[in-house]
Amino acid sequence: MSYIPISDRDKKEMLAKIGVNSVEELFSSIPENVRLKQELNLPAPLSEMEVLDYFTEKGKKNDFSRYLHFLGGGAYEHFIPAVVDYLSSRSEFVTPYTPYQPEVSQGTLQAIFEFQTLICQLTGLDIANASLYDGATGAAEAILMGYRLKNKKRLLVASNVNPQYREVIYTYTKNLGLEMVEIPYDKTGKIDQAGLTASLNDDTSVLLCQSPNYFGVIEDIRSLAELAHNQGALLAVVISEPVSLGLLEAPGKLGADIVTGEAQSFGLPLSFGGPFLGFMACRKEFVRQMPGRIAGQTVDVEGRRGFVLTLSTREQHIRREKATSNICTNQAHCALRATIFLETLGREGLKKLAWLNLQKAAYAAEQLTSLPGVSRKFTGQVFNEFVLEFPDCWEKIDKKLQEKGILGGLALGHHYTGLENCALITVTEVHNKEKIDAYVQALKEVLA
Amino acid sequence: MINLIREPLIFEISSPGKSAVRLPELDVPEKKDLLSGVPLRDDIEGFPEVSETELTRHFVRLSQMNYCVDFGFYPLGSCTMKYNPKINEKVAAMPAFTMGHPLLPEDLVQGNLELMKFLEKLLLEITGMEAITLQPAAGAHGELTGMMLIRAYHTAQGNPRKYVLIPDSAHGTNPSSAHLCGYIVKEIKSNERGTVSVEDLEKEMTEEVAALMLTNPNTLGVFESDICQIADIVHAKGGFLYMDGANLNAMVGVARPGDMKVDVLHLNLHKTFSTPHGGGGPGSGPVAVKKILEPFLPVPVIEEKDGRFHLNYNRPLSIGRVKSFYGQFLVMLKALAYILTLGPQGLREVAEVAVLNSNYIRKSLEGIYHLKYETPTLHECVFSDKFQKEYGVSNLDISKRLLDYGLHPPTMSFPLIVHGALMIEPTETESKRDLDLFIEAMKAIAEEAREKPELLKTAPHVTYVRRLDEVQAARNPVLRWEKTS
Repeated sequence: MSYIPISDRDKKEMLAKIGVNSVEELFSSIPENVRLKQELNLPAPLSEMEVLDYFTEKGKKNDFSRYLHFLGGGAYEHFIPAVVDYLSSRSEFVTPYTPYQPEVSQGTLQAIFEFQTLICQLTGLDIANASLYDGATGAAEAILMGYRLKNKKRLLVASNVNPQYREVIYTYTKNLGLEMVEIPYDKTGKIDQAGLTASLNDDTSVLLCQSPNYFGVIEDIRSLAELAHNQGALLAVVISEPVSLGLLEAPGKLGADIVTGEAQSFGLPLSFGGPFLGFMACRKEFVRQMPGRIAGQTVDVEGRRGFVLTLSTREQHIRREKATSNICTNQAHCALRATIFLETLGREGLKKLAWLNLQKAAYAAEQLTSLPGVSRKFTGQVFNEFVLEFPDCWEKIDKKLQEKGILGGLALGHHYTGLENCALITVTEVHNKEKIDAYVQALKEVLA
Repeated sequence: MINLIREPLIFEISSPGKSAVRLPELDVPEKKDLLSGVPLRDDIEGFPEVSETELTRHFVRLSQMNYCVDFGFYPLGSCTMKYNPKINEKVAAMPAFTMGHPLLPEDLVQGNLELMKFLEKLLLEITGMEAITLQPAAGAHGELTGMMLIRAYHTAQGNPRKYVLIPDSAHGTNPSSAHLCGYIVKEIKSNERGTVSVEDLEKEMTEEVAALMLTNPNTLGVFESDICQIADIVHAKGGFLYMDGANLNAMVGVARPGDMKVDVLHLNLHKTFSTPHGGGGPGSGPVAVKKILEPFLPVPVIEEKDGRFHLNYNRPLSIGRVKSFYGQFLVMLKALAYILTLGPQGLREVAEVAVLNSNYIRKSLEGIYHLKYETPTLHECVFSDKFQKEYGVSNLDISKRLLDYGLHPPTMSFPLIVHGALMIEPTETESKRDLDLFIEAMKAIAEEAREKPELLKTAPHVTYVRRLDEVQAARNPVLRWEKTS
């Protein structure tokens, strides 16, 4: 086998050195009765060429490339500059372990330090970690962090937070005796402030909202922060489309205490949902409760700057059951891709990217709502996603659009009663005018 | 050569007006006054501005400061730093797999679902388990998921139970995951062989214990030979046997956890199944279970009917989601490509050579470094710095000196039951030449410890940076760059 560079001759020499006659003897500690008596029932080994053919064939069963899609809802198609793939594919980034030996891991560590800095700049907060698994687990970790900081059992989650994020929060919190309360939304698509006020009391640790939320609507973070803080609670904001931060004010500057989210938009392909990239940032005073790895700056014995993993007394390998989280392996390589992506775009590039998304979504919304019977469901301001209401059940319209090669949006009826006629539509820079117009034309024909 | 260049942070080489990419111009009519009333930012303060040349050089220089498996031996114990085959990367980069949105209609992603289902099937055969979820993102996430399954089962019986038993040799994620699932952790002491004491376990195992979490082979590389008896003790009180599969590389193709009465097992695709660690992830941590726990698996579950694949969300007993979408899909593809390349014999050879390599190192360094436990080991061996301590040299010094020899050190100071531990796992992908290089370096360092201990205490000497002040990093945390002027 080409990945096993030990020859029969090597084997013989090594067995002699060890002082046994066969490799079999080395396994004598495994009781006879649990050892396999026959080979595993697996397919016979394939050559490299056959492996490639196999996956090429299976790939053909993914029949989506002939469709034009307008799907988002927590996973976004954005342009990925060539340098991102090229640089991130280097062996030196792909094949090291977590940087436990900082003297020979300065590349990874410096990249993490840059990533943390970029996340702080985008979120307007003081501290960011090295990454979390994804936006959903990030939201759950933010809730748990809020609970550790305030030690009150009531946790408020807006119902317009991505349904998958809410499901993961529920899975994480239900074994811990915590009370998760969902806050309704109003006709703007934002959190219903009256509903929030009714649920927010001084037994609340944290309010979690998403902005732009699952309906694409931008929340009023400043007033949510005020409401939460007045009751002694923290405001956690989860962001699933961080390209929006190229235009929108940093949530940390509007009063958010913890900002977490999904950074797949920054240089990671859609990949059927993974690997993605969770991030988290918080105020300086909360750093000891932050989950996950953190890189920090220090000096070597000659006084030169270097980077190390630090504040590890928060982590499981030191604190065991008292750790802030059980996370160990995270999404380091995804964070590297995001770092390269953001540094490629830079200050003006990210602003422009956000502006392109905003403008194209606005154009698409305007064109689509010019068709009879199609209207915006919510009145709140949006970034690159919006909810439209159709004259008929979305699933019927969706089906007819698919016949015309258009995947026009995501159904909302499964998760929200009353939104059966609605769809969440996402438009990014990858949609040129021609594509948007094709969608409008197809919908026009479907509705006719 | 490259080490002569001190590469600054990107923020320090930034200058206004530069960008490494050109975005297209707006091709729809611009609308003014969008977002009126919404707080906007004037600027992303401090965000870098560099050209593509500067960006490329920055990251190439950073990359050259990293040690990696493609460069050399990386014997981190319990981390299974094996070679990452390149065909796997090529497969995972195919547009058919990278371009698919996770919420596409099922009909359009039949290839993805089929491949995931097939990987599930192969992993079940390899582990001897009966049902599986691919959703967890990494090993610790798998542990948490596994403990949630156990808790959901007990809860359905009317009592979630209070305790989880964990040996003192366990990885820190075990107690942390159990705690995050609402359990109180009770530690089981290891016996003089370095394995679980059956007597202790019998004493601690009550009907308030939900599960025993066991790593097998354990973190000393020792196989828990009493595994079936251990399982019986746990089962007799209605508890579950959870196996941490971090060390599965030691027995793949040789023995199966499912045949050892294990009820729940997490796998690390980024260890046993060769997917790269990426400097700390992404990993992938599937959880395999016995039938009795199947109803509790996370949603969605992939089902096959008449050759079509379908995601089933309607599972009333499910613990729910542990992650968005379906897990680390591209990582799964790499693991599948690996299994298909190796086949049954190849996988068995993995365990055989991993164990051979480890025992070769153990034998070669015996007497030169202290071995606390004489018990035979499989894929890894744990020495300590006891002999070198006489000269004031610690495991840290030995590790740092190894860097001067161009080698990556073993895992340090773990497991906790061996003071000054050096935990060595060579894996099967190392040649005898590379093993000998490591052995000779370790011998030379033992010699240096006697002759010139200062050389070790001040190591490393030839790396890009020398020994870093970790105490200062924690005491005065500088966790981001900030503009100074």
